[in-house]
Amino acid sequence: MELPVADQELDCQGLLCPVPIIRTSKTVKQMEVGQVLKMVATDPGSMPDMEAWARQTGHELLSASEEEKVYTFYIRLTK
Amino acid sequence: MGVDEQTLLDPKLQEYIDRKIKDGVAEALASQPKEEKTPRLAMVASKGTLDMAYPPFILATTAVSLGWEVGIFFTFYGLDILHKDRYKSLKVGPIGNPAMPPPIPALPFLKVPNLISALPGMTAVATAMMKSWIAKAKIPTLPEMMEISMESDVRMFACGTTMGMMGVVEEDLIEGCEVCGATTFLDYASSANVSMFI
Repeated sequence: MELPVADQELDCQGLLCPVPIIRTSKTVKQMEVGQVLKMVATDPGSMPDMEAWARQTGHELLSASEEEKVYTFYIRLTK
Repeated sequence: MGVDEQTLLDPKLQEYIDRKIKDGVAEALASQPKEEKTPRLAMVASKGTLDMAYPPFILATTAVSLGWEVGIFFTFYGLDILHKDRYKSLKVGPIGNPAMPPPIPALPFLKVPNLISALPGMTAVATAMMKSWIAKAKIPTLPEMMEISMESDVRMFACGTTMGMMGVVEEDLIEGCEVCGATTFLDYASSANVSMFI
């Protein structure tokens, strides 16, 4: 799958729950519908947490990947 | 008269009426505004130690990030978390805590016996230790977690009974909390999707 171009990037590496989720939520609040956020985290619970965050908030998790314990997420804003 | 209802109308007309009614009802239901209820988290914070003050705020800040409503009822020692003079200096109790790790990670076999934990100054040591872990892990301090929560409209309920019992007045509490009793909290919690006691 070809990844979309991110309109904004958020680096949450080295931060633990709940800080990455708080920052992600704060960031998307300043973005517009349809825009894409790229978020990178190292919290070991990032993968299920971001999936749950997307389910709860309704934003679209376009892609979630892991490489050497660094997790990268692409989120498209739906509202 | 003994006339069967079915025989009163022409079957085609009956079918037409039935269809009209069915469509009309479906249309009326569809035009109703769909009310989506915001999920709600209701918690009781009953402990006043630093390690027990964190979990409600971790959950609260996460829940508001998901778009939920959150309310925390601070009761008994948990009320210290809302006390102006105390919330910045909550302690970790080392006594009777077998999970308490040794201060030196290189010596994992060195467990701290309760007798040592009971010595004067050990509470300060345990507290300093946890604060250093928190800082190292880049986790916000408790006052920072509280600030994030209050900025996100987390409701802070201060237990009136505890205030009366412990001689705490409203002026002793941090700004923005609501003094109430169990009734108000239960009323709030009765429509919560998730509720817990910490």
